[in-house]
Amino acid sequence: MRSWHGRVWRRVASIVLLLVVGVSLSANWLAPEGYARQYREAASAPPSRQHWLGTDEIGRDRLARVLYGTRISLLLAPAAALLSTLMAALIGGLAGYLGGAWARVAMAVTDLFLSLPWLFLLITVRAMMPLNVSPMISVLVTFLLLGLLGWTTASRVLCATAGSLRNADFVQQARASGVPDARLFWVHVVPNLKPVLYAQFWISIPAFILSEANLGILGLGVTEPTPSWGSLLRELEGVISIGEEPWKFVPLVLLVIVVTSFQLVLSDQEQVAA
Amino acid sequence: MLWRKIARHILALTLTVLLGGLLSAFLVRLAPGFTVDEAQLDPRLNSASVRALRESRLADRNILSFYFHSLNRALHGDLGTSISLGEPVTTLLRQRIPQTLRLVSIGVLLSWAAALALALSAAWLRVSAYDVLNTILSGAFLCIPAAVLALLSVLWNVPGSLAIALIVFPRVYRYTRNLLAKAYFLPHIITARVKGLSELRILLWHVVPVVAPQLLAVAGVSVSIAIGAAIPVEALCGLAGIGQLAWQAALARDLPLLTNITILVTLVTLLANSGADVIGDMLRGQRA
Repeated sequence: MRSWHGRVWRRVASIVLLLVVGVSLSANWLAPEGYARQYREAASAPPSRQHWLGTDEIGRDRLARVLYGTRISLLLAPAAALLSTLMAALIGGLAGYLGGAWARVAMAVTDLFLSLPWLFLLITVRAMMPLNVSPMISVLVTFLLLGLLGWTTASRVLCATAGSLRNADFVQQARASGVPDARLFWVHVVPNLKPVLYAQFWISIPAFILSEANLGILGLGVTEPTPSWGSLLRELEGVISIGEEPWKFVPLVLLVIVVTSFQLVLSDQEQVAA
Repeated sequence: MLWRKIARHILALTLTVLLGGLLSAFLVRLAPGFTVDEAQLDPRLNSASVRALRESRLADRNILSFYFHSLNRALHGDLGTSISLGEPVTTLLRQRIPQTLRLVSIGVLLSWAAALALALSAAWLRVSAYDVLNTILSGAFLCIPAAVLALLSVLWNVPGSLAIALIVFPRVYRYTRNLLAKAYFLPHIITARVKGLSELRILLWHVVPVVAPQLLAVAGVSVSIAIGAAIPVEALCGLAGIGQLAWQAALARDLPLLTNITILVTLVTLLANSGADVIGDMLRGQRA
């Protein structure tokens, strides 16, 4: 990926991402009827001029649902990534900077979270939340949960980075000059964590998109009628063969394209985050 | 030195497992509707039975006392009774463990076989087109949600273990490939190449021994990934294993079952990671 091929692919991936974000943001204009409008006379209809991707089993336009679902997933995954990165900076960065018992306790908590498989942790905690909430609350709960639980890996990296900065010459000099600890952390340590924070933020986005999709398929994600990639993919449970209704796979294809584009764009960021 | 390391691993493992169980018990206790049992809505029950049901749920209110009583009983072989399924947890776990063990072990073995075959052949052949092809293949599986792979395995009627293998494979392949690529820049390997040693000999005699301890660490992590993957695979493929049980317990807020499954999953994950760590240290010691 260091060659010009890599640069070209990254550019193509960036354009694809911008295109998908742009189209999803125009959902109100492209599908003015909304994602919940039912066309009862055309339930489970195949693609037609009125419904380009057909309708679902209760007659809702699939294209409108894909557009609105894409918007929800693409706007809230970065919000969850921002929350998890901030938590990682606060917990991991502060623990690494303070060192000693603080770092040991923070890393013990991190290890505890990391000892449970990510999806197991997610379904357990998600199931603890009320399941019969309004669709918008379910959207917030799902992505809030991803943000609140997704900080552990980043925290470990940040703890190590902040730990190495603790004894750096410039920090010791600032400390000797009488700079208070809180100011030292925010003004001198945090800016040096920025490359790792940026990298963690960007690589969390595709991870959270995939996690939301997994939760949605398992019925613990965003609730009906609000669409998200997870809830749209639940439709695949009823598919008998790909050849019969290939249009039902459009949300999956779109998700794979977006996550692949993120992976291509972020190929350099992963090395920074490691 | 090694024994001290093993003792430290065991202590850390015990503490983490106990904390994991306590954490899951806390989460269930804090969940809304904890004190309500669906059975209370049964119209055939009289008020005394409903009160008895409510009181039995209230007995678990103090989470610390509940947890320590459970641990005490667990030490005597009694893991409690599942609230949602009405069966002893020990029986449920005994019935489900073999299925998950089979699924996870076959999945992990298949994924490692595929990842090692591709990564080692790419390192040996050193043809960039082949390397790119492998990277695209593994990257494609990395971009598909685990639950979709589980659904596709049902659609194409392939075993669930293959779905697990496809979920684990890209992660293992990426680590292995990166480790091998880094190892090829080590000075002694560059020297070996300059001296004219064959690529296969360099790979098997000089590269693989260097990366083996790190690969073992990845093996530990791959077990954890496979256990996580077992949840959607078992839930969506209708396989009666621990993943499906965890799924049912989480949905039913079944405190005894969920606490025990959390302890079990934490224990297996930590054992795999610690085992890989200790064996890796032994290999490093032998090389030194």
